Amino acid sequence: MAIRKLLVANRGEIAVRIIRAAQELGIRTVAVHSLADADSLAVKLADEAVPIGPPAASKSYLKIDAILEAARLTGADAVHPGYGFLAENADFADAVEAAGMVWVGPKGDSIRVMGDKVAARIAAEAAGVPVVPGSDGRIDDPDQARAVALAIGFPVMIKAAAGGGGRGIRIAHDMEEFERLMPQASAEAKAAFGDGGLYMEKVIERARHIEVQVLGDGTRAVHCFERECSLQRRRQKVWEEAPSASLPQAMRERLCASAVALAEAVGYRGAGTLEYLYDDASGAFYFIEMNTRIQVEHPVTEMVTGVDLVREMIRIAGGEPLRYRQEDIRLTGHAIEVRICAEDPSKGFQPAPGTISALRVPGGAGVRFDTMLYQGYTVPPFYDSLLGKLIVWDEDRASAIARMRRALGELAVEGLPTTRPLHMLLARDPEVAQADFHTRWLEPWLERNAHRLEETPE
Amino acid sequence: MAKQILSPLPGTFYRRPSPDKPAFKEVGDTVAVGDVIGLIEVMKSFNEVAADQAGVITGFPADDEEPVMAGQPLVELG
Repeated sequence: MAIRKLLVANRGEIAVRIIRAAQELGIRTVAVHSLADADSLAVKLADEAVPIGPPAASKSYLKIDAILEAARLTGADAVHPGYGFLAENADFADAVEAAGMVWVGPKGDSIRVMGDKVAARIAAEAAGVPVVPGSDGRIDDPDQARAVALAIGFPVMIKAAAGGGGRGIRIAHDMEEFERLMPQASAEAKAAFGDGGLYMEKVIERARHIEVQVLGDGTRAVHCFERECSLQRRRQKVWEEAPSASLPQAMRERLCASAVALAEAVGYRGAGTLEYLYDDASGAFYFIEMNTRIQVEHPVTEMVTGVDLVREMIRIAGGEPLRYRQEDIRLTGHAIEVRICAEDPSKGFQPAPGTISALRVPGGAGVRFDTMLYQGYTVPPFYDSLLGKLIVWDEDRASAIARMRRALGELAVEGLPTTRPLHMLLARDPEVAQADFHTRWLEPWLERNAHRLEETPE
Repeated sequence: MAKQILSPLPGTFYRRPSPDKPAFKEVGDTVAVGDVIGLIEVMKSFNEVAADQAGVITGFPADDEEPVMAGQPLVELG
């Protein structure tokens, strides 16, 4: 069914991104918003706007009934969930389709399978994708758990089978610690998720975070190469690149082919990302999970492939077959994205909402700034601190870093502190220049460089 | 004039440490300087609000889970 009016069930920069893609396709847009977001850029840019509740996300952006009612009132025939909020809520996907509308994303059942750690792992193994050594499925019996721990080797990560968001995760370094932590993990899983089932996997000590972008139409899938997001603070990505500087070409081909195999095996529809850990010492890669939505860092992939991922996901949802063969998608140059957040790096990254008194947006060749900011806008305190994403492209990685330094120098966001000073330092760091990092590189670096972040370098 | 404890930050006011726990303080409770009277959630980060004055609580002008601005009264003290 061709989409005529798209409701954007999100806020912030991703709502703006989706509205722009829809407008370019000649599709009318509806922005739903909380009372705190009445002045948002998404509301200003959309053709129509509908208030759906008070500031708290639980009473607005997570309210399925209110969003469906807004769709009915405006005559929207499709819903794009963005990322976060209801993007990976299979029941919401089903409810949108049950209401006779198009869901811009994979089928509810695909979200269910890939959102369940054990089911996703089984699907990956069946498609021939390497997974982190661990229990083949959930474990309810302590003797079985001990046997699996010995077989995969310490350190072992114990997770809740029904879990998410890092809750219930414990790491045991030997059998003694394992005996102590296993009952705790089970009790916590039972309390948090109503299911004490556990799941275990080997801890990969020094790994890079590499993820593969896929697009599928339910039958066929292609990949748009990989991103590397190893620079993380508290498991949140802060700096993302495409392609990964650490991946040999033969490994890139294997990794990306494995992602396509898994996406086709589950009949994946829309844009999705398969996340892997990559151990560049041994050359081993392991599938960890699939995100069944558009991701924050999707622009770096768009910059190196020329594919407009958000537009393609809308086209596919509207019933068009995938417009690309694998050989149509070419990797050109290097792109880097940094997340500009309303946080104060000199005060332990304390979030700091406020009013934008002045804004200077970087420009020039190869520079893109995806943001919801405008001068005079008041950033509300109720949501994520992400203000925008500064993305640069250039012919090679060294030139892209130089362009990032130049663009960060142009960027001025006044009225509140941002994470710009952190990125200024990272863009000058010799280890970053060598791509000599892994997922646990940034946190000790932040401790060592705390004094430099306090000075707010210019 | 009655004394008040004001919100130090804009955000969402919570009177309890987690949804299944009792409130930090109730009307009639005595508050000493430094006592935690609630939490303010700012951009997914939780900040404790400590009393900067002592007294007996006579009311909560801001409800649990209510959006508040910096400087808005959270607690009235008698």
